[in-house]
Amino acid sequence: MSAAAVHSLWTTAADPISKIDAPKIEYGQLSPTLIVIGAALIGVLIEAFVPRRSRYYAQVFVSAVALCAAFAAVVALAAGGYGTTKAHIAAMGAVAVDGPALFLEGTILLAALVGLFTFAERRLDPAAHGNRVDSFAAQAASVPGGEGEQAAVKAGFTTTEVFPLLLFAVAGMLVFPAANDLLTLFVALEVLSLPLYLLCALARRKRLMSQEAAVKYFLLGAFASAFTLFGIALLYGYAGSVSYARIAQVVDGTVSGVDPALANTMGNDALLLIGMALLVMGLLFKVGAVPFHMWTPDVYQGAPTPVTGFMAAATKVAAFGALLRLLYVVLPGLRWDWRPVMWGVAIVTMLAGAIVAITQTDIKRLLAYSSIAHAGFILAGVIATTEDGVSAVLFYLAGYSFVTIGAFAVVTLVRDAGGEATHLSQWAGLGRRSPLVAAVFAVFLLAFAGIPLTSGFAGKFAVFRAAAEGGAAPLVVVGVISSAIAAFFYIRVIVLMFFSDPQPNGPTVAVPSPLTMTAIAVGVAVTVVLGVAPQYFLDLAGQAGVFVR
Amino acid sequence: MSFPLLTATAALPALGAVATAAVPARQRTAAKWLALLVSLATLALAIVVLVRFDPDGARYQLTESHSWIRDFGVRYELGVDGIAVALIGLTAVLMPFIVLAGWHDADPLETGSRRWRPTQGFFALILAVEAMVIISFEATDVFVFYIFFEAMLIPMYFLIGGFGDRAHSQGEEAASTQRSYAAVKFLLYNLAGGLIMLAAVIGLYVVAGSFSLQEIVQARADGSLTMATSTERWLFLGFFFAFAVKAPLWPLHTWLPNAMQESTAPVAVLITAVVDKVGTFAMLRFCLQLFPEASKWATPVILVLALISIVYGALLAVGQRDIKRLVAYASISHFGFIVMGIFAMTTQGQSGATLYMVNHGISTAALMLVAGFLISRRGSRLIADYGGVQKVAPVLAGTFLIGGLATLSLPGLAPFVSEFLVLVGTFSRYPVIGIIATVGIVLAALYTLVLYQRTMTGPVKPEVSAMPDLRVREVLVVAPLIVLLVFLGVYPKPLTSIVDPAVKQTMSDVQQKDPKPAVEAAK
Repeated sequence: MSAAAVHSLWTTAADPISKIDAPKIEYGQLSPTLIVIGAALIGVLIEAFVPRRSRYYAQVFVSAVALCAAFAAVVALAAGGYGTTKAHIAAMGAVAVDGPALFLEGTILLAALVGLFTFAERRLDPAAHGNRVDSFAAQAASVPGGEGEQAAVKAGFTTTEVFPLLLFAVAGMLVFPAANDLLTLFVALEVLSLPLYLLCALARRKRLMSQEAAVKYFLLGAFASAFTLFGIALLYGYAGSVSYARIAQVVDGTVSGVDPALANTMGNDALLLIGMALLVMGLLFKVGAVPFHMWTPDVYQGAPTPVTGFMAAATKVAAFGALLRLLYVVLPGLRWDWRPVMWGVAIVTMLAGAIVAITQTDIKRLLAYSSIAHAGFILAGVIATTEDGVSAVLFYLAGYSFVTIGAFAVVTLVRDAGGEATHLSQWAGLGRRSPLVAAVFAVFLLAFAGIPLTSGFAGKFAVFRAAAEGGAAPLVVVGVISSAIAAFFYIRVIVLMFFSDPQPNGPTVAVPSPLTMTAIAVGVAVTVVLGVAPQYFLDLAGQAGVFVR
Repeated sequence: MSFPLLTATAALPALGAVATAAVPARQRTAAKWLALLVSLATLALAIVVLVRFDPDGARYQLTESHSWIRDFGVRYELGVDGIAVALIGLTAVLMPFIVLAGWHDADPLETGSRRWRPTQGFFALILAVEAMVIISFEATDVFVFYIFFEAMLIPMYFLIGGFGDRAHSQGEEAASTQRSYAAVKFLLYNLAGGLIMLAAVIGLYVVAGSFSLQEIVQARADGSLTMATSTERWLFLGFFFAFAVKAPLWPLHTWLPNAMQESTAPVAVLITAVVDKVGTFAMLRFCLQLFPEASKWATPVILVLALISIVYGALLAVGQRDIKRLVAYASISHFGFIVMGIFAMTTQGQSGATLYMVNHGISTAALMLVAGFLISRRGSRLIADYGGVQKVAPVLAGTFLIGGLATLSLPGLAPFVSEFLVLVGTFSRYPVIGIIATVGIVLAALYTLVLYQRTMTGPVKPEVSAMPDLRVREVLVVAPLIVLLVFLGVYPKPLTSIVDPAVKQTMSDVQQKDPKPAVEAAK
């Protein structure tokens, strides 16, 4: 007996390491994410090595190219049939490459590209010392209101680390809806969240509010992450695996090779139900559904507006993607347990978002509550648990994200001496002074309200129809009622812009660079096209409606 | 493929709206002429539709059908029956007069921002409404109808809220507040109605699997589609609610007086003579055909509501001090007649109701536009501010009188024919309701004649003494309308021959037969 084989209390005998199989990674199929992460890393290097005056151009160029290339990769994958016939699970079971994943990744990348344009805008704030400045803090490390900050602002400092942060967040968002095991899901959640917490704190104006928003977002987000992690642990305890497919089999009772330990935990429904509840809670937090919505208004208001727009659009897309996959792939066997709960959440979310929004006086908070109401509408589609439901949600998300980015981009234009003029009273009479900007914003508001011939209507119709067919007719009724309530405050803003007299010392509308103009133009174009001729995109979403398992 | 005539009729004003909106800020007059030309060209197209339409031909004619949103089961399906042709004709006829009457309504008071172009906006919005109204009359796909029924609200909303009467007794600020209140009330009422209807539209799709009116009616007729009684009733109520708000029917009518009072006279005409007709038209086309059983089930309640509208609207009209509000309440009373005629479920009633829609459109336009000319001269809407106008401006007073007499359905003018048909049609099935409804006629005589007496006769008020008579442009607006009123009053056959076959068809869809005349039944 050799010494190595002797068991003691402290050591076990290990077999000599013979060979570790190299993990099989399908780099081609993961290329969208890899491109974005690579570009983010290049961005970090640019921060370190490229001279200050050319960093901005280098960063914008690298980010834009990376996002375009990643989008091209998504299109290539979809064209190669990975969305439909060749859909499968890549990277040793960690990441799914299927229709919903590709559709959502495409949406996120386009939204991020448009968001990047608003990030890169440098014409809105008055130039300091000949330096054009953007919406982000001159020197994020300096104390708000302190001497260091004042000096930095006077000197017209700009920082460019927002671009790699944006790319890291995008990378997390790309993985989030595609994650096919719980650990990947959690890693993606953190990768997308941490840069966003930081970005929220980087506003150039109203820095205290911005930092407060970031801290709130971070603390509540950390709680949500902890819930998620605990839920993952419980589910692992229940199923003995973090893989979606394996958990689904255990839930269904179709699992093969049950060992005694698994047989023991499988019978413990408490583990499953509590684990599921905690996990879903974490995702509902990201989605901004009531009662996990508390952070939304503060963060939307405090964060720099380009970040708000990007976050409101892309995070929602990613989080709903993850929620869909979780509910449709892992937990369909538990449909009868989660559907009633989600019914309640959807109803409360729709109503609370719409009703509370009525009392808001700040345009960004108003849009925040409106986003809560929209989360409720989308949940109605999620609850349908049909293939139509999935494609309806996908379509809704695509339409909604561009309206959101466009709307927040318009918010960045309306300014007075203190920066953006976000109080509603300052928007009075905007339609008299700048009819075009007011008209564009009115288009976005009408899309939010779901008026026909806008993407909002097509999306709403799709999810409500899916819900009705899925047997959730009461949800549809609540949905239309809260749509009517929501219409009231969208209309109120339109009234304010067009029918009120302008204030004598009201805000002015800044003339943006082509970047923001492109962002807004893309928003309007997508809103109108998806409203008038949605068939092509519905087809796309329809083909993308099946999850791989 | 033949020329898509129906699409063209709707697309022309839509393109005209875009073109008008694009006219440069300084070229206001060009925008007006462009809008007038477009509305006249649309009228020409509508006349072509009228000529090509064969009253004794197929149910829906000049049909077009294209795939639109396959995923939602939506096809771009258009087609007209006699009822739709009559209403498209009404819309197209009224529109040039509305444009002409509103010629100066949107001239900017002060030169604001270089890019502020109210005049272009005003006429573009009017043309946009025309396009959407026409396509809602043409749509035979429930979804297509719904989209334009809802989208119509947006331009209407801006027309009401953005443009009001020049002079206002309480100053511009109060006027602006009241205007936006009226606009928001209009929008919220109609949007709520529309969203309830959206739930029903979705429900209909879930039940029927199609949005095509013809397919659903066909499937129900041959028994391949059955609806549970309760489902059918809920869906019916969802549709009817939206149309009752739009029509408007008591007790959902309260937005109309506000909206008509605050908007300029041409826009008020647009609301009551054109847009509201979509509501009553849709009851006839969609409620009755899609849900025949539920329609019969709801008839007693709807008839009572219509009756209340007739009497209540007329009573409130008697009590008004504001000329435009008076016309608004009179319209509510008239819409009561229209709804009553539709749901009396007799051929005469429904023919009468359809004629009523057309005639009410023309007569209200005549009355309201002349009232608008009157109000713009004096700068007040209050009846008490006028007196003795007929001595100063006899032509204005005369045309006002004819418009008023048409409103009270004087025999010889067009509304008489339709009101008579509605009453006869209702009486033959529901004698009590028919008798009570005649109260509305008596009250109509009262409010119209009192209005005329107080404003036009008596001693000349000093503020009125310098009032100019109708100008050439204004006579051009009013004279053709009066000619039409007289012509259709004396010889309504062209209209009835178009409408009657369609009404008979609708009646057979609802599986209703006219009750036998009492004398014959007694034998």
